Amino acid sequence: MLRILFAVVRRDLLLAWRRRADVFTTLAFFVIVASLFPLGVGPEANLLRTMAPGVLWVSALLATLLSVTRLFAADYADGTLEQMLLSTEPLTLIVLGKVMAYWLVTGLPLVVLAPLLGVQFDLPQGAIGVLSLSLALGTPALSLLGGIGAALTLGLRGGGVLLALLILPLYVPVLIFGAGAVGADAAGLGAGAHLLLLGACFLSALAVSPLATAAALRIAME
Amino acid sequence: MTAPAKALAEKLPESRGGINWFKYASPQTFYPLAGKLIPLFGWPALALALVGLYLSFFVAPTDATQGESYRIIFIHVPAAWMSMIIYLAMAFWCAVGLIFNTRLSFMMSQALAPTGAMWTFIALWTGALWGKPTWGAWWVWDARLTSELILLFLYLGYMALVAAIDDPRRADRAGAVVALVGAINVPIIYFSVKWWNTLHQGASVSVTSAPKMASIMLAGMLVMALAAWAYSVAVVLVRVRALMLERERNTDWVAQLVESSR
Amino acid sequence: MNWASAGEFWAMGGKGLYVWGSFAVTLACVLAEIALVRGRFAGVRKRLARMRVAADRGANDET
Repeated sequence: MLRILFAVVRRDLLLAWRRRADVFTTLAFFVIVASLFPLGVGPEANLLRTMAPGVLWVSALLATLLSVTRLFAADYADGTLEQMLLSTEPLTLIVLGKVMAYWLVTGLPLVVLAPLLGVQFDLPQGAIGVLSLSLALGTPALSLLGGIGAALTLGLRGGGVLLALLILPLYVPVLIFGAGAVGADAAGLGAGAHLLLLGACFLSALAVSPLATAAALRIAME
Repeated sequence: MTAPAKALAEKLPESRGGINWFKYASPQTFYPLAGKLIPLFGWPALALALVGLYLSFFVAPTDATQGESYRIIFIHVPAAWMSMIIYLAMAFWCAVGLIFNTRLSFMMSQALAPTGAMWTFIALWTGALWGKPTWGAWWVWDARLTSELILLFLYLGYMALVAAIDDPRRADRAGAVVALVGAINVPIIYFSVKWWNTLHQGASVSVTSAPKMASIMLAGMLVMALAAWAYSVAVVLVRVRALMLERERNTDWVAQLVESSR
Repeated sequence: MNWASAGEFWAMGGKGLYVWGSFAVTLACVLAEIALVRGRFAGVRKRLARMRVAADRGANDET
């Protein structure tokens, strides 16, 4: 069981490594969106500090949204996906492996880079730690939920916008608890409850979305 | 998943305890039944709406604190109820369709979606018009309002996905996955927004602490809700009939229907 | 009876814009939906009948 999971993760990481530019694009998008906000609302430090959790979280969310369309696209185009569906290994496991690899390639860099942007927004040190932690818990949930949308819109025209319409409502709880954790910490309320709920979001996404994604892939490839 | 469903369907005619429901699972038999049901729901809807309007404007007294603007409640609350009930019904038919592999179930949920979206829009619109004289703002980020807005997005997402897929079989099933995932999410969204709202005390306006409602107001609201329900059933049945004809235009039963109506 | 005159009824205690704005939009939505859904149904019926006629004619031409 675990062997197939790691095999899928290894394969996808290898493929991503051969196309490093894609990873960089997502990351650059994240940084650019987050940097546009101060230009839009003005350089006032207090305002930026209160806005920072929301801005950084929404940027991370949009970056995920932008890249998640690619989750199954390449495998769909070259027919690998069909082979995966035909294989005797459980499809949910393959899907989980693909999402894990996807998160390692796009989610993890966001988590690593976020503190830097937090400094740009003049967040206090404790809040920056919470920001990293909340992104580390939240971006996997975003990747998992995004997988459902990516599978459903596979090969459709206008897939990108449709994907946004489908999965943005599902991102609401993650956004609320993720950004809320940072905000609560900055306000001195303690981020524990938010982080626990964020963890609950992640775990329920982990339970539901590989199944839903696998079902959606079967529907799309029928 | 479909094998037990088939076994069940085969067994059912023998194990009858009244009507064989699976008989109406095929468009061919459901089409005439729906045709007969439409007036049975449509005319009562009109009658109930008239009674409800009479109750809400001429019988229900002026509210002591809100004045006349509270009369919006007589459509706002039924619209909000309908928006949620229809989403649940949609998710229910999607689940039935996935489990029993009946194409009529998917058509039902696709016929329900536009009406549900309409009620959601009406609930939001009347909510804004009620909020302005009551709280002084067209929109507050209250848990219910925000959840209702997200519910509208869920409806739009479902309809957009179904419309974007050309293959009807794939459209049915993909839509069903979205509707079901959305149905799981609706309560989570509601509670997360509620929690978020209580933490941001600044803008919060309590909608929950409504004063105890006079029974005549409740009666008006219930009659209006029944009217909205009967109306929705009638409209959805007309739409599902249109969908059936569109989808099954190459089948024998549609050909016979067209033949006999000439 | 709550209203002394028709004018009072339409004014709704000064909140007429909000109350009638709600009810009018709801009515408009409902009427529009009925018209759309009936139009769609009638359109499908008409299209099917036309297809049928065309098919008959095609069959006659072949013979």
